Amino acid sequence: MLDAKIPAGSLENKWTDYKGHCKLVNPANKRKLEVIVVGTGLAGASAAATLGELGYKVKAFCFQDSPRRAHSIAAQGGINAAKNYQNDGDSVFRLFYDTIKGGDYRAREANVHRLSEVSGNIIDQCVAQGVPFAREYGGLLSNRSFGGTQVQRTFYAAGQTGQQLLIGAYQGLERQISLGNVTMYSRHEMLDIVMVDGKAQGIIARDLITGKLERHFGHAVLLCTGGYGNVFYLSTNAMGSNVTAAWKAHRKGAAFANPCFTQIHPTCIPVSGDHQSKLTLMSESLRNDGRIWVPLKQGDNRKPTDIPEEERDYYLERRYPAFGNLVPRDVASRAAKERCDAGYGVGTSKQAVYLDYAAAIERYGKIEVSKKGLANATKEEIIVLGKEVVKEKYGNLFDMYQKITGENPYEIPMRIYPAVHYTMGGLWVDYELQTSIKGVYALGEANFSDHGANRLGASALMQGLADGYFVIPYTIGNYLADEIYSKPISTDHPAFVETEKSVSDRIATLKGINGKQSVESFHKRLGKIMWDKCGMARNAQGLTEAIAEIQALKKEFWSDVKIPGGINEMNPELDKANRVADFIELGELMCKDALNRQESCGGHFREEYQTPEGEALRDDANFMYVAAWDYAGDSNWNLQKEPLIYDVIKPSQRNYK
Amino acid sequence: MEHKNINLTLKVWRQQSTVSKGEFVTYQVKNISQEMSFLEMFDVLNEQLIQEDKEPIAFDHDCREGICGMCSMYIDGKPHGPWQANTTCQLHMRAFNDGDTITVEPWRAQAFPVLKDLVVDRTSFDRIIQAGGYVSVNTGNAVDGNSLPINKNDADASFAAAMCIGCGACVAACKNSSAMLFLSAKVSHLALLPQGDPERQSRVVNMVAQMDKEGFGACTNTGACEATCPKEISLSNIARLNQEYLLASFTSAE
Repeated sequence: MLDAKIPAGSLENKWTDYKGHCKLVNPANKRKLEVIVVGTGLAGASAAATLGELGYKVKAFCFQDSPRRAHSIAAQGGINAAKNYQNDGDSVFRLFYDTIKGGDYRAREANVHRLSEVSGNIIDQCVAQGVPFAREYGGLLSNRSFGGTQVQRTFYAAGQTGQQLLIGAYQGLERQISLGNVTMYSRHEMLDIVMVDGKAQGIIARDLITGKLERHFGHAVLLCTGGYGNVFYLSTNAMGSNVTAAWKAHRKGAAFANPCFTQIHPTCIPVSGDHQSKLTLMSESLRNDGRIWVPLKQGDNRKPTDIPEEERDYYLERRYPAFGNLVPRDVASRAAKERCDAGYGVGTSKQAVYLDYAAAIERYGKIEVSKKGLANATKEEIIVLGKEVVKEKYGNLFDMYQKITGENPYEIPMRIYPAVHYTMGGLWVDYELQTSIKGVYALGEANFSDHGANRLGASALMQGLADGYFVIPYTIGNYLADEIYSKPISTDHPAFVETEKSVSDRIATLKGINGKQSVESFHKRLGKIMWDKCGMARNAQGLTEAIAEIQALKKEFWSDVKIPGGINEMNPELDKANRVADFIELGELMCKDALNRQESCGGHFREEYQTPEGEALRDDANFMYVAAWDYAGDSNWNLQKEPLIYDVIKPSQRNYK
Repeated sequence: MEHKNINLTLKVWRQQSTVSKGEFVTYQVKNISQEMSFLEMFDVLNEQLIQEDKEPIAFDHDCREGICGMCSMYIDGKPHGPWQANTTCQLHMRAFNDGDTITVEPWRAQAFPVLKDLVVDRTSFDRIIQAGGYVSVNTGNAVDGNSLPINKNDADASFAAAMCIGCGACVAACKNSSAMLFLSAKVSHLALLPQGDPERQSRVVNMVAQMDKEGFGACTNTGACEATCPKEISLSNIARLNQEYLLASFTSAE
C-alpha cells in the first residue's frame, strides 16, 4: 500500500512542521554518506550542488559531455514565484491555487503548497548566484504574465530563462566538484539500480566513451532524469532525453504514476516533413502579445496578410473571453486541434494556426510614439518603432523561427501547432520525494507529484529547483540519518555482480539480434502510434489498438533491430537502442493508463468524456486518484490507487471563460 | 517558402578513437529537402550507412534548438557552417545548392581531443569553470532578490555575456585555439554583477591559469572567435578580461 507520508496539521504549516521535526545528520556523519545523483538538469544540478555543500559525498552522472547541457537549458519563458513584487494580488496561496486548478485537480495539495512556499527562495538563491534576470530601469526584477494565471509572477531572462538558471546551478555544481565534494561522471548513463535487502545501494552505469560498465555504491540514489516525452519520437525534448533510468527503477519496484498525463504545448513550429527529428517550441510568452487565429472560411488558401480582419476567427478570444490567448496549455492545444480537424488549418500541411504579431507591433509602436512625443508619426513609423520593441522582447525567438522556416515573422504571421512538450506523470513519490523503492528518490520532471494533469507555464523550472535546492536537502536527511549505521557495501557484493551481469546480458542480446531495421525506424513507428492514439485526444478503441500494435512492435524490435558498431566503444546507436527498448514498454503502460482513466482531465482528453461545449469532463467520484502502476513482468502491471484529498480547495470544473 | 530537394557530396572526417589515425571519407546523399536541418541531413546519411552495413558517423547533438551547445561541426572551414550567429543544429539545408561538396570536420584544438569521428572532449571548459567561474554562495544564504537593485544596463550586459553556450566554436575558429572568448564571457558575466564582485580578482587569475594549463593558445585579438560565435559574444569581453586580469595582478594580496 502506498503511503504518501503527508504530514498532519494545517496545509500552511505542514512543511514548517516537517522541517522542524525531520531527522538530521551531523556534519561528521554526512562525510561518510554517499549519494548518487543521476541527471544534471535543474533538479539534479541543484540537488548535487546543495548536498555537496552540506557535506555529503556526491557522485553525479549525466549522459551529455557536460552537466551544463541538460535539457532544462532549453526552457525559454520563465520561472514562477509568489513574490508579489507587482502588488497585483499574488500570494503563496494564489500560486498554490492556480497550480492545483491548472493541473485540473489531480495533484497533491501538500506538495504543491510546499512548492509555492519555497518559490520565492528560489529567486533569491538564483539572484545570489549571479543569474542575470531581466530588470526594470529602477534596477529591480522584472515580471511578465504567463498562461493560466491573472497575475504577473514570472521571472525571466529574455527567452533563455532555463539556460541562465541551469548555468547558475551548474556553476554551483562545478564549485562543489572543485572542492572535491562532488565527483562528476559525464558521458555516463545509468542502466540499473542495485538492490540489497530491499534498499537501493548503488547503480550500474555505462561509460559512453568506452562502453565499459561501472559499479557505483550509494546510500541513496536520486533520479533527476527529466521526462519521457520522447516516447512520441517527435517532441520538444532534446534528442537524448529518455526514460531509461526511471524505467529501470520502475522495473525494480518503483511505481510509475499517471503515465498518460502528457502535456502538448500549443505553440510549436509545425512539422515540415518526414525527415523531422524534433520539434521546436516557441515560448508561451509569445501568447502574451500575439493573437492566435485561423481563417473563418474552411480551406482558405489566401496569404494570411491578404485575409481581412473580419474574415479571421480569433478562436481563443471567442471561446474564452476572460483568459483569451492566455488559457492554459491543454485548453489552447485542443482548441487548435479542433479548428484544424474541422478544416480551418493553414499552411501546406493544414496542420497549423497563425500566431500574429501585427496588432502587438502596432500597439507597441503607438506607445513609443507617445513616449517620444512624435505627434504626426505615420503608420510606417509606428510599425518600425513597434518592431523594435517586439525585437527586444522576443528577438531570439523570432530569429529562431526564421532560421527554421525561412519566413520572416515580423512580416508574416507565424504558423504554429501543438507538440509534445512535458510529462506530468513520472515515478510515484511520497511527500519526501522517495519512490516506492527505499533509498531511491525522484526529483523534477522525473516525478509526478506537483502538476496534476496539466502543468502551467513557468512552473517546471520552479519545481526542478524547489526539489533540488529546498526539498531534498531536508527529506534525504530524514532517510540517511538511519543509514549512518550501514557501512558502504563493496562493489564486489553479489548484488553488484548480478546486476552488472543482467545489464551486460541485455546489451549482448540487443547487439546479437543483428536484424535489418534501424533503431530510429522503430522509434518513429512507436512515436506515430503514440501520437495518433495516445496524443491530444484518446478513445477506448484507439488505445486498445495501440496496446496491441505496441506489443507487436516490441516483438519485432527484439527480433529485427540492427545495431552497428561494437559494445566496448563509443556507439550512439547502441545507446539509443537501449533507450528505445524502454520507450516501447513505457508506451504500452501509457496507453493502459489512458484506457483506465475513463474521464477527461488536463492534458488527458478522452473523446468519450466531454461537455457539450467540447471541454474536458472530469469524473471526480471515480477518478480522483493517482494511478500508480507496479511492474509485474512483461506487459503486465498492477494498479494501486492513491486517493487525492482536497482539504482546502474545492474542485470545480475549470473555467477560463 | 519555396524549397526543393538537392543532391550533395560530403567529405566527412572519420576517426575510430582518440589514438587512431583519422581520414576523410566521401559520401553522396540524394534528395535532401532544403527544409531539413544540417543534422537531419546527417540522420539521413547515417540511416543510409546503417542500411549499407557501415558504421554511422558519431557526432554530438542534443537539444537541436541552438541552446545546449553540444553540436560541434566544422563545416567548409567554419565552425557551425556558413550562417552568422548560428549553431550546426539550426543550420538548414537552404544554405546549400544542388551539387555542392561539403567538408565536415570536428573541432580541431589540442585542448579538445577527438573521441570519435566528429565528437570531441570539451571537459577542459568545465575545468576552467571549476577554477572560479561561480559565485561562492551556498543554498539558503540568499537575501531577498530585490534587496539589491542592479543597473539595467549592467544586468543586460551581464546577460549578453552569460548567453555563451560553451560550444567551443570560438576555440575552433581561432588560429591559436585560444579559449579567451569563452573565459572572458564568464568573467564578464560575473564581474558586471555585484554578486560576483567579492571574488573577482581570484576568479580571473585562477581561471586564466587553468586555461593555460589545459593547453589553449594565446589570444592575438584577431576576432575570428567573435565572428563565429553562435551567440554573438562580443570581443569587448576579452578587453574586460584583460583589464580585470591586470587589475588583479597589481592589487592581488596573494
